Amino acid sequence: MTFRIGPRTSQIIAHIILLLMTIITVVVLFFIIGYVFKNGFAQLSLEFLFDRTREMGKEGGIFPSIIGTLFVTVLAIIIATPLGVGSAVYLVEYTRGGLLRRIISFGADCLAGVPSIIFGLFGFIFFVIQLKLGWSILSGSLTLAVMIIPTIIRTSEEAIKAVPLSYREISYSLGGGKLDTILKVVLPTSLPGILTGVILGIGRAIGETAAVIFTAGSSLGMPTSVFSSTRTLAVHFYILAREGISMEKAYGTATVLIIIILFVNFVAYRLMHRFMERYY
Amino acid sequence: MKDKIAEKLLLVIAFSAIGSLLLITFFIFQQGIPLIFKIGLGNFFSMHWSPTRGQFGILSMIIGSLMVTVGALVVGIPFGLACAIYLAEFSSKMVQKTLKPIIELLAGIPSVVYGFIGIVILVPFIRTHFGGPGFSVLASSIILGIMILPTIVSISYDSLIAVPNTYREGSYALGATKWQTVVKLLIPAARSGIVASIILGMGRAIGETMAVIMVAGNALKIPHSILDSVRTLTSTIALELGYATGDHRAALFACGAFLFIIITILNIIAIRVTGRRE
Repeated sequence: MTFRIGPRTSQIIAHIILLLMTIITVVVLFFIIGYVFKNGFAQLSLEFLFDRTREMGKEGGIFPSIIGTLFVTVLAIIIATPLGVGSAVYLVEYTRGGLLRRIISFGADCLAGVPSIIFGLFGFIFFVIQLKLGWSILSGSLTLAVMIIPTIIRTSEEAIKAVPLSYREISYSLGGGKLDTILKVVLPTSLPGILTGVILGIGRAIGETAAVIFTAGSSLGMPTSVFSSTRTLAVHFYILAREGISMEKAYGTATVLIIIILFVNFVAYRLMHRFMERYY
Repeated sequence: MKDKIAEKLLLVIAFSAIGSLLLITFFIFQQGIPLIFKIGLGNFFSMHWSPTRGQFGILSMIIGSLMVTVGALVVGIPFGLACAIYLAEFSSKMVQKTLKPIIELLAGIPSVVYGFIGIVILVPFIRTHFGGPGFSVLASSIILGIMILPTIVSISYDSLIAVPNTYREGSYALGATKWQTVVKLLIPAARSGIVASIILGMGRAIGETMAVIMVAGNALKIPHSILDSVRTLTSTIALELGYATGDHRAALFACGAFLFIIITILNIIAIRVTGRRE
């Protein structure tokens, strides 16, 4: 004897199962952040944030890592933004389909999928060894820049595409050249969308470990120039946790890292949302 | 004149992504491939990895990478698709608007944080309740499965939402329930996006390094059960690059080259499947 479940019953069962699985997913994701925060907030203090790191991280704070992360990220963004935005402008404003466009898009799409350890290998052999930049902020940020270019290209491309054609036509009819139109009309209008891509890139750079540890190194000293080696927050956290140096400090560092990343992503999300409401 | 210069300059800039990709390919291969020829393909795809004795066989790591990736998909696909289907078809606009960005926000959480949660919660849990060292295929699969969720949810959701409403209306008009519509109509219609999300998630799982190092145990042998320790290609590179020299370093680049080829193939399939930008 076989039971056949009617369509109504299967609808109800499916609904319940899907709802449960969604709840589990969301709970797990919240649990991860909540667990780190619960154990990490107690570690946060002005001393923790602004003190030097002592005894390999067992004592003291994370100030050198905060400064190192800041340097590496800012430099990476300075390098990647013109390249990413420039590529997007070229893709949207200068190509009309065709092979060239396909090649450029394909490059960006493939680069976006390359795992960070491959960037680490590449940065290590190319920037650190071949270009003799050593383990340094410069090597780290060049590697990260290559990594975040696709993020900036994709987001900027969408933003520039969303600028209504009529805006460009008005500019041309007023005698504006192509470059003028791009600089004075297209880029200002798409700025919030472009910024979203840049901010997402910042988020990726801050959270990255594998690509940075082999290019920027893991020195705990206070960086003095772009040629200093540094240990970013993510790398410091990884070393604290993996080598079991100090679980308390690891929770504290993770909390700082997550707060920064959530903030950065939230800003990006808000900007994108406002931009989409206006142009879509 | 000014416009001409700008166009040329932008053309050069536009090649930064594909140029970087070629540069990466060149350097990884230039460093790694000669070693493969030196020791021979047979030795490279053998079981024996012992850098001090000049043995660089990566088979056990390939199997390790494969196991944790399949494990990640077993965890990630059902939950990811369930979330995407629930959000796209069963939930209210309010729930959609709140949960989608939250799940996407979590894609930004650094992989080391996932690895850390693995160390402090998952590994001890597995050790006490299932036995074994805790650092295992199971722990890696669960952590990676969670990490690829945002990728699967986000892309599958977008492709489900993109199915025209007339499909749903037609199906309801014929008396089908929501679930029947999802199974018979929406999933087939959104197939390419769903497949792409799974392939991209797979790429992310194979390429993930830090989280896996932290929970996999990294023992150099083929695991006999999901509770055994496992070592992946990526962890080998990250664990040994710091001190490797000569042939050993070249072997790590060869691992990288192998990984790079696999991931690029997956990327190309994903790009093809979605027909993005056409």
